[in-house]
Amino acid sequence: MNLFFQDKLAGSLMAVIACITVFIPLFNLLTPVDSVLHFSAYTVSLLGKYLTFALLGLSLDLVWGYCGILALGQGAFFALGGYAMGMYLMRQIGTRGVYGNAELPDFMVFLNWKELPWFWQGFNHFGFAMLMVVLVPGLLALVFGWLAFRSRVTGVYLSIITQALTYALLLAFFRNEMGFGGNNGLTDFKELLGFNIQSEGLRSLLLMATGLILLLAFGVSRWVMNSKLGRVVTAVRDQEMRVRFLGYRVEHFKLWIFVFSAMLAGIAGALYVPQVGIINPSEFSPLNSLEIVIWVAIGGRGTLYGAIIGAVLVNYAKSLLTGWAPEIWLFFLGTTFILVTVFLPNGILGLFRSQEQKL
Amino acid sequence: MSGLALKPDELDVSHGPILYLEGINLSFDGFKALNNLSLYIDAGELRCVIGPNGAGKTTMMDVITGKTRPDSGSVFFGQTIDLLKMDEAAVARAGICRKFQKPTVFEALSVFENLELALAVDKTVWKTLFAKLNGIQRDRIDEVLAIIGLTEQRSRPAGVLSHGQKQWLEIGMLLMQDPKVMLVDEPVAGMTHQEIERTAELLLSLRGERSIVVVEHDMEFVRTIASRVTVLHEGSVLTEGTMDEVQNDPRVIQVYLGG
Amino acid sequence: MKPIFFRHYVCLMAIGLLLLPGLVLSDENLSQDTLTAAMSKLNAAYMTERSAAIEQLAAAQEPRAIVILQALLEGHLFNLIAENKLVIGAEIEAGYKLSDAKNGQDLGIVAREATQKINLNNALRVSLRKTLGRLELNASEVKVRIHAVQAIAKDIDPEGLVLLHAQLSTEKDRSVQDEIKLVLGLEQLNSTDKPQRLAALALLKDHASPAVVNRLNALQEKDATGQFVETDADVRNSAKTALININSKLRVYAAIETVFFGLSLGAVLVLAAIGLAITFGVMGVINMAHGELMMLGAYTTYVMQQLLPDYLGLALLLSIPAAFMISALVGILIERGIIRFLYGRPLETLLATFGVSLVLQQTVRSIFSPLNRSVASPEWMSGAWQINDFLALTWNRFYILVFCLLVFTLLLQILKRTRLGLEVRAVAQNRNMAKAMGIPTARVDALTFGLGSGIAGVAGVALSQITNVGPNLGQAYIVDSFMVVVFGGVGNLWGTLLAGFSLGIANKLLEPLAGAVLAKILVLVFIILFIQKRPRGLFPQKGRAVEG
Ligand SMILES: Nc1ncnc2c1ncn2[C@@H]1O[C@H](COP(=O)(O)OP(=O)(O)OP(=O)(O)O)[C@@H](O)[C@H]1O
Ligand SMILES: [Mg+2]
Repeated sequence: MNLFFQDKLAGSLMAVIACITVFIPLFNLLTPVDSVLHFSAYTVSLLGKYLTFALLGLSLDLVWGYCGILALGQGAFFALGGYAMGMYLMRQIGTRGVYGNAELPDFMVFLNWKELPWFWQGFNHFGFAMLMVVLVPGLLALVFGWLAFRSRVTGVYLSIITQALTYALLLAFFRNEMGFGGNNGLTDFKELLGFNIQSEGLRSLLLMATGLILLLAFGVSRWVMNSKLGRVVTAVRDQEMRVRFLGYRVEHFKLWIFVFSAMLAGIAGALYVPQVGIINPSEFSPLNSLEIVIWVAIGGRGTLYGAIIGAVLVNYAKSLLTGWAPEIWLFFLGTTFILVTVFLPNGILGLFRSQEQKL
Repeated sequence: MSGLALKPDELDVSHGPILYLEGINLSFDGFKALNNLSLYIDAGELRCVIGPNGAGKTTMMDVITGKTRPDSGSVFFGQTIDLLKMDEAAVARAGICRKFQKPTVFEALSVFENLELALAVDKTVWKTLFAKLNGIQRDRIDEVLAIIGLTEQRSRPAGVLSHGQKQWLEIGMLLMQDPKVMLVDEPVAGMTHQEIERTAELLLSLRGERSIVVVEHDMEFVRTIASRVTVLHEGSVLTEGTMDEVQNDPRVIQVYLGG
Repeated sequence: MKPIFFRHYVCLMAIGLLLLPGLVLSDENLSQDTLTAAMSKLNAAYMTERSAAIEQLAAAQEPRAIVILQALLEGHLFNLIAENKLVIGAEIEAGYKLSDAKNGQDLGIVAREATQKINLNNALRVSLRKTLGRLELNASEVKVRIHAVQAIAKDIDPEGLVLLHAQLSTEKDRSVQDEIKLVLGLEQLNSTDKPQRLAALALLKDHASPAVVNRLNALQEKDATGQFVETDADVRNSAKTALININSKLRVYAAIETVFFGLSLGAVLVLAAIGLAITFGVMGVINMAHGELMMLGAYTTYVMQQLLPDYLGLALLLSIPAAFMISALVGILIERGIIRFLYGRPLETLLATFGVSLVLQQTVRSIFSPLNRSVASPEWMSGAWQINDFLALTWNRFYILVFCLLVFTLLLQILKRTRLGLEVRAVAQNRNMAKAMGIPTARVDALTFGLGSGIAGVAGVALSQITNVGPNLGQAYIVDSFMVVVFGGVGNLWGTLLAGFSLGIANKLLEPLAGAVLAKILVLVFIILFIQKRPRGLFPQKGRAVEG
């Protein structure tokens, strides 16, 4: 338990998330629609979305905040997880699609494809799809990371090739021939595990699942970072050469943390897709990955819960501002980014911490 | 495999030297940093390497520890272990540890954690993830803390230490690794007179059980600790001998004063 | 640089001459009588009279006659009703801009109703075309003669063939010869006589044109019953060798074209990357707003054109210094306002400048709307340099290539020869040492950043000529420019140049094989793999400073 309550802030944050996770779905299931305690399906999905972003931010904090790898392609792993979930949801549509083809998703019928491509096989099984949600991002991270870390690509070079990675995937997924719905991506989902995807009940369940997984991921990450491995990783961030000369295979450690983080991002993507009802190639855009970096930077990196706070805050601001005055949003995002990097290198949490230290 | 053959990772020092550097050449963009350098370090020996700035002392350590690959030449650890085939981590695991010229410690971690990371245990990822300190290991860390005089600072972040203390901490990290060879690059730079004396004592006390190579510009310090001194100049050995012999060698005087 | 402008100029002149032969041919020995008589006949109501008039004009041996007949054929010959006079009219918005048919004198503009077109029937048009062709065959300009051959070829008849044969034996110019051979060859291929057909193939075998390729291919085909259309095996075989010969020529053209497209794409990449290379190489600063600085340059071009709508060329030229100044200024502001607080923290710089890029994008979106703005190209930049039927190089890409090399050389000279360049190189190699030697590093940083940003602006001017100018312009190029810098090796301008060009060519080579998107992906993957092998690019920066 002390993983969660190492310091007061983290403790209270986790308590808040736990409350959201438990009480909002519970209220929604138990109270009538007109009750004050009843949250609209919209609010529930929105909260669920914020929590998936929190998980995504957390995953980036592991590699950036702790290991010093500024990965500008974290969105790619998120999107891959999302696509794996999307493929499962597509297969669940069955004959309810526009073309009523039991086997093929609508877009394939539209492209005159005759049979399901091999990489779509098996995605009608929930278990298999969930395995892919972690395996595909994990595998990509493994291969990419192995290549990059082995040849000691570091710093801005690494950042830039991670950006190139997600950019290449963006271009690839835009192609119809890839078999992932091209431009439109995967959408028009009908049900998840037999529940109507639009239903309030499923929304509540998804929020609950997201919250629980976030808490779990936070706990596991905390535990990892408190282990000796966490210290090695931090040491790599600060003095990579020294770590090597102590006899650690630095690239293995980087790889481990990179793959772990990619898997978490994949899970976040899988939770995101049923809650927003669509996944398309724009999730791969380099801009998205940079936004994740903003969340972590604003929250305060290298703390795990800073990433969570940042992700929720920024996305809340985004919902507010894009509803109110869309032009303002990029100004806001841009200036916040500049101000935070120049004046608040430790993010919002840095403010609290320096306060604490003064006391 | 015949039972008589040595396992490849077993150190064979039956002929005396523990480190063999032979005919090493290395150039950076045409500039010869190491020029047919040959050097032998005996097991248990404390050797000082001196030489003017840019003589190639640090570069020599880079070559031994796998950081830089020479253009030609061979580096052997004992009779059998070819260091040129190994990366930094492998060299370190084989028992050759190094202190950098510029003190490098993990500033975000506490002094204790710095030593803990250096501890000679299995350093693979999974073992590290589940690693727990046992009593013996704790005692060893405490012991080293006492040796390097940082017991009081054990839970402070290494970043707040003074320059000299960081040097000590880095030496402590070498000790934690329980190495067979210690390569120590300018250990007393930035230390007070007393600190230098204690460093000298420490290094002298280690001699015999390990081989130590010290690179230093402080001649007083070198005189205190070294029985044998090697002078490096322009990437190769200029001369070798006791401190007195070396200091009276006209070529050495020429190199240091004439230039 | 110079010969190219010159050649272009010559081409333009030639085209001008073709359009206005009347101005060049002298009016001197004009036998006024024949001309006037024929012209009044031409104005008559009956087609038979017109036919006779055409014959007369053709026989007149007068350069002016060609102009009149040409206008007649193109439907530009009118009767000015009020004066009952033949005029040549060019259509403009207000009506017709007239010139006297007889001597080319300017007669001002009249309404359409004031004139009556001199009509032709089909038969007359055919014969007129031939007549004109015959006349033009004697013209002194090569272009006119080629035009004549083509005109005759349009509806070829035995008379025309005889004419062309005769011309071929006297013709001196290669290109006219080729053109005649083409027409004759294609025609003779229809002959029923085998030696004739073989002779035709001999004429065609060096002629790489779509018509020939189609015709030769047709000779290889079989009809529905499985019989060869061309019954004679010898003819088929020699057609085949001719085809192989032509195809290998075509491959060479295709290769030249690919290389050209690759180079021009590479030029764009180099322009986009070179400013980045400076800031990255010298200051270790990743400027994510670099793309937006290019965007500013492109918008500067747009604004300049709005200010000078009638002088597109001038506006474009003025845009170059203007864009440089604006982007450089913004760059210096970024450096002084943000980056200087972040030296030694490259990742943070990357993030902060990314913030800047968002702000700049949104600013432009707010000022100019999120829609793309179209920037026009001046006339000398549009169109293509048609080398032959298979090879045409577009001028805008050509100029961008030239422009890129120009900017590159200039930059190289600045770095090599100026005081600033010296200081910049010193700081790049060893910041602390440079500082210790009294180089004002802060000023050098600001100026370097300004220089890099200014070049981004200039690159934007070039980009405005080949892509849409919109708020996302920078985004589209930023990943590519990073790739170029990384591939070429940081801090090495030659590396950037080589990397840009090779990536451009690689892209264009892969495109026909894999499609544009896949080609791009392949190139990206290649770079990702390349970085594994050579983490510091083609030309790595060396020295101890790098290690730190
Ligand atoms: N990575 C490198 N690239 C280029 N030159 C290098 C590199 N590393 C070292 N050198 C050069 O090799 C020479 C030897 O350097 P080295 O660091 O070994 O000298 P040193 O004897 O340790 O000097 P000091 O007493 O100043 O530490 C120097 O001239 C140095 O500039
Ligand atoms: Mg040194």
